[in-house]
Amino acid sequence: MEYLIHIAILVSIYSILGLSLNLVVGEAGLLSVTHAAFYGIGAYATALLLTESGMNFFLAMLIGMVITGAIALLIGAVLSRFDGDFYALGSLGFNVIVFSILLNWQSLTNGPLGIPGIARPSLFGFSFESNTSFLTLSLVLLALVWGICTLITRSSFGRVLHAIREDEQAIQVFGYTTTYYKLVIFVLSAMLAAVAGALFASYITFIDPSSFTVNESIFMLSIIILGGLASHRGAVLGAAFLIILPEALRFAGFPTDVAAQMRQVTYGAILILLMLYRPQGLLGEYRL
Amino acid sequence: MKETLLKLKNVSVRYGGVQALEDVDISIDEGEFVALMGPNGAGKSTVLKAIFGIAPLAGGDVLWHEGKITPKAHEMVRRGVTFVPQGRQVFKSLTVYENLELGGYALPNKSDLGKNIQEVLRFFPALREKLHTKAGHLSGGQQQMLTIARGLVSDPKVLLLDEPSLGLSPKYVTEVFEKIKEINEARKIAVVVVEHSVKSVLEIVQRAYILAHGRVVLEKPAKDLMGTDDLERIFLAK
Repeated sequence: MEYLIHIAILVSIYSILGLSLNLVVGEAGLLSVTHAAFYGIGAYATALLLTESGMNFFLAMLIGMVITGAIALLIGAVLSRFDGDFYALGSLGFNVIVFSILLNWQSLTNGPLGIPGIARPSLFGFSFESNTSFLTLSLVLLALVWGICTLITRSSFGRVLHAIREDEQAIQVFGYTTTYYKLVIFVLSAMLAAVAGALFASYITFIDPSSFTVNESIFMLSIIILGGLASHRGAVLGAAFLIILPEALRFAGFPTDVAAQMRQVTYGAILILLMLYRPQGLLGEYRL
Repeated sequence: MKETLLKLKNVSVRYGGVQALEDVDISIDEGEFVALMGPNGAGKSTVLKAIFGIAPLAGGDVLWHEGKITPKAHEMVRRGVTFVPQGRQVFKSLTVYENLELGGYALPNKSDLGKNIQEVLRFFPALREKLHTKAGHLSGGQQQMLTIARGLVSDPKVLLLDEPSLGLSPKYVTEVFEKIKEINEARKIAVVVVEHSVKSVLEIVQRAYILAHGRVVLEKPAKDLMGTDDLERIFLAK
């Protein structure tokens, strides 16, 4: 049971990452490969505040969101000048930079040794020490993030994002300053990724830079592409699929000496087949 | 005497090493209906883009109410110039109503948005019936109507239309031009239309500029152009 709860917590955290990344990639059509950087900044900010000052988790998470948002504003101001492939490459570059900072700014991040002993959250004297209570907290935050994403996508602001996704030049004709919309959604998306970072840091109770590499950003992209771009349900389904599938393959009965390799091959083959026969993802509205 | 709204004086546009326009003089009066015609590559669409500020001016002046301006798209929209580019650029995942709402971004008073949409829909009853339909599900002709209607929501003084008949069946071409004429007369909006369909456009415009190789080679009232061999001479380079 503990194992299932562990998987469910990971699915919740990655669902938050999928939902938040979907705002930029799915709704606005901007191929961002830097989401793991914001996930990491949120995780580190929360972890440092918890370990250094003993601050309450929820306050630390809010401050982490603000710090992440401020950094995203700086990164986004540069990225908003690009579109298409250049946006993707630029965003990838920022992920590499943030990873290098996390790895090398030893005095702040403790470098590759990471930050251990991060406390679990507590609220009004109740501690989320058990995995069951942590799962409840994760699901509540997931529901909140889902609600925020729904508000954004159903608003007039969300409709402008859809229009930017479809044809940025066409909407500029009406006087819209599209860089403003791209920047705002980028910052909001990063702040929501920081929520997932805070949860992750507090759940695992240890973080190091290896959890926030470009590979992690690509994994998050895979979640929303597989689940379906611009679909909230798709983001959650994609997260569940990509986290549960490798776990399920543990029980596939592969010979022990090649089991690990066979799991990787099967995992990859399933993804390729899905993209071949369902290129818009499981629940997606459109293709990249 | 009608006031001149917009004027291009000796305007040149260059894309890299290519001279797209050279010393072009064009003027548009209030409520006037003007066509820009000419063979492919003559620079017709570039004239509209130069007016709207999305083509790089290499020389000359753009005047708005006789005052010199440096056109920029978002400022031109606020002055009351709307550009409807070619290619039926509707936002397919949005409904007809949502598309129309986006067209009203430049309205100084946002509370006018609903009223303006309703006024525009009077010209396009077919769209009124499909307000909650995704624009991607409309026919080609309906999508073209939507792009024109969307351009009108901001209550413009000048409507720039780039090949509104492109890709439409003859039935829809007639319908689109009838609508444009109706709007021009009812709302006193100046319309500048780039069009290949010579016969359709000369029947409804007041004046036409003929361009070739990036220059204005002829400017005449439409009625004086019909029945002459001027167009044939220019189009076929006789």
